[in-house]
Amino acid sequence: MNNISFNKFYRKFNILSLILIITSLIFLIIKGLNYGVDFKGGTLIELRTNDKTNNITMIRDSFNQMNLGDVSVKKFGNETDFIVKFEKQNSNDPEFIKNIQNKLSSSIGDVDFRRVENVGPKVSSELLKSGIIAISLSLAAMLLYIWIRFEWQFSLGAILAIFHDVIITLGIFSIFSLEINLSIVAAVLTIVGYSMNDTVVIFDRVRENLRKYSDIKIYELTNISINETLSRTIITSVTTLLALLSIYLFGGEILKGFSLAMILGVIFGTYSSIYIANPILVALNVSQRTIVKEEKD
Amino acid sequence: MLYFSKLRIISVIIFTIIFSYFALSNFTKLDDRFFSKNINLGLDLQGGSYLLLEIDNRPVITQRLQAKIIELKRYFKEKEISLKNFSLNGDTITFEAQEQDLEQVSKLLNDKESDINQYYQSYKSHEFDVIENNNLFNLNYSRYGLVLLKNASLDQAIEIVRRRVDEVGTNEPNILKRGNDRILVELPGLDDPNRIKSLLGKTANLTFQFISQNSEESFGTEKLSFEDDDREAIVSKRIILSGDNLVDAKPTMNSQTNETVVSFSLDRVGAKKFGKATSTGVGKQLAIILDGKIISAPTVREPIVGGSGQISGNFTFQSATDLALLLRSGALPAPLNIIEERTVGPDLGQDSIDAGILSLIIGFLLVIIFMIYKYRAFGLIANLALITNLFLLIGILTLFEATLTLPGIAGIILTVGMAVDANVLIFERIKEETKSEKNPIIAFDAGYTKSRTTILDANITTLIAAFILFFMGSGPVKGFSVTLGVGILTTLFSVYFIARLLTSLYVVKNKEKEQLL
Repeated sequence: MNNISFNKFYRKFNILSLILIITSLIFLIIKGLNYGVDFKGGTLIELRTNDKTNNITMIRDSFNQMNLGDVSVKKFGNETDFIVKFEKQNSNDPEFIKNIQNKLSSSIGDVDFRRVENVGPKVSSELLKSGIIAISLSLAAMLLYIWIRFEWQFSLGAILAIFHDVIITLGIFSIFSLEINLSIVAAVLTIVGYSMNDTVVIFDRVRENLRKYSDIKIYELTNISINETLSRTIITSVTTLLALLSIYLFGGEILKGFSLAMILGVIFGTYSSIYIANPILVALNVSQRTIVKEEKD
Repeated sequence: MLYFSKLRIISVIIFTIIFSYFALSNFTKLDDRFFSKNINLGLDLQGGSYLLLEIDNRPVITQRLQAKIIELKRYFKEKEISLKNFSLNGDTITFEAQEQDLEQVSKLLNDKESDINQYYQSYKSHEFDVIENNNLFNLNYSRYGLVLLKNASLDQAIEIVRRRVDEVGTNEPNILKRGNDRILVELPGLDDPNRIKSLLGKTANLTFQFISQNSEESFGTEKLSFEDDDREAIVSKRIILSGDNLVDAKPTMNSQTNETVVSFSLDRVGAKKFGKATSTGVGKQLAIILDGKIISAPTVREPIVGGSGQISGNFTFQSATDLALLLRSGALPAPLNIIEERTVGPDLGQDSIDAGILSLIIGFLLVIIFMIYKYRAFGLIANLALITNLFLLIGILTLFEATLTLPGIAGIILTVGMAVDANVLIFERIKEETKSEKNPIIAFDAGYTKSRTTILDANITTLIAAFILFFMGSGPVKGFSVTLGVGILTTLFSVYFIARLLTSLYVVKNKEKEQLL
């Protein structure tokens, strides 16, 4: 059995979490998120050049001459692969993409358009709306589920832990200007599920121990429960992280953002089940009476 | 908990074998007589184009309102009620009635049986909302009227879109309604969507109208420009013939001029109309108009009575082919706008498949090695359960012919990482139980029983997330939710049937050993 005094650091880590959340919120409010074409509208082109001497500046210059609004060019994996994004989307003109390709070929040599995404303003605002609804809905559904399964003190702890994970993950995306697209929404939803999963496992043990021991204070009891479930917590996060790391390293550029968000989510999810969810039970002074009363009702 | 009846063992084995067979059938190229289903690859994996089209119904609405005004005028004239100042402001028909007729007009407009409310008789609600204001009447499309109009025009448009896409001959296109004014077109394997885009972007409203002799615009004429250059011409609004009367169109070579032209043939009504118009109009210029632009305006030299003709107009063979295709497939009821396009080239799709499979194999191996390192014999059991899990997952996706996308592959890998969680929960619980309980069979039994609620709780939360993603997500992300959700179900099966069966066999065989786990 492990015996680590997690509870000694409750306060310190709570302060750290608070700082992280406030920093994230400040960045989210002031800097905002770097929305991709899915949510902002516009055009994305993944292109491959035949000429290795082509660099970002050359490609940006040739795009800038085409009058397409704000253009951003980034390397994408390979030496010869680039992602170009610009504001203008003119999917109704069937020649739009073809013309760009022709102009580009004449200025920097042959290019292959491997992927084109063209999202109109109406669609992008709908996608953003449905993404926000999906995340809110999942939070509400989790809240409902845990409300049915546990007492309100536990629900509060679990939900705050999830908010913590989602806010910090999005905060990191804001700080480093990482792109938010549809797959990041999927990642956030999975993080919500994973974080909940992790918290529920510890909470189940807390509740079991509350029934078993009437004389141990919740401060100690959470520590016992965390220790009892610790090897499971570690093993599961390790196997999940191994799988995610494999996606991040070998799954190709398109899945990089998604797997990064998930990796961050799993790390913060594991951390928050210990250091957010449990201190809240302590703060709310949960005792055997909390669960016994509920069960009598 | 550790006891398994023979029947149960056999059914678990059969079930597993069947689904593994389904899973493996994806990888064999042989024709299978028993099972011919396959997992579909999403557009992001096989390459192809995804187009979302939106109908612009405004022209249709205006057209219908204009027709309605004519209908109303005629109807009230028959009833000998005089109305005046008919006008169309945006989407509202307005007219004035005389003081003594107000009641009568209002009654007729709201009468469920009257001839102007035929809509009511079929749909049990009014097509128009009527607002009375002193002696002014305002008519607006009602919500149901608008829905019906939109649905009708969408149905018609989807049919035309299907014909045009089929004519181009892409493999297995997928054309679906989305809401009441959108059409989703998925074109697997299509590398260059430009041609389809330009074909779908045209309404293809073809009319034949005479060019007016007057040089000034007047009532009954309109000014139109030519397709190729900036020239303009005044054209009579009277439509001699429209594309509806066409039965066939194909690109041909005109042997006299050596030009590529589109030759067409007309149905009987069209041939009659065309013959009549051209015999009275010898010497006049007949404009051939497509979507408001004049393609060409040849001079009629002699009556055309055979019911066929040619359209010339600086065509290349490609553009003549496309025009013929558009004319054959018919005109769209309203213009379509492409509001979303996603195209993936086939080589990127293949790269994604390769990367997805590579990361799946590596992730799988890492998890397997870690589990053996952590749990030895029981790690092996968990791994066997994991492998079965993977087969079941792919088998189920195959059975339902689900669409696998790149995020879907990520979902499978994530399932691999998270699937061991249930077994870990059980094994850890058993370890705790063995401390107080010396009999391994009882300890294992207790481990399974006591961890059950936790495992259910933990999996239901992920299942909730997958469900919401399935209903809210679109395209590739939906694929992720499918594999994640199905993965949870197969995980529970593999843990409670496969792993538990193997565990019980192992424990019963080795119950004398000091430390099992």
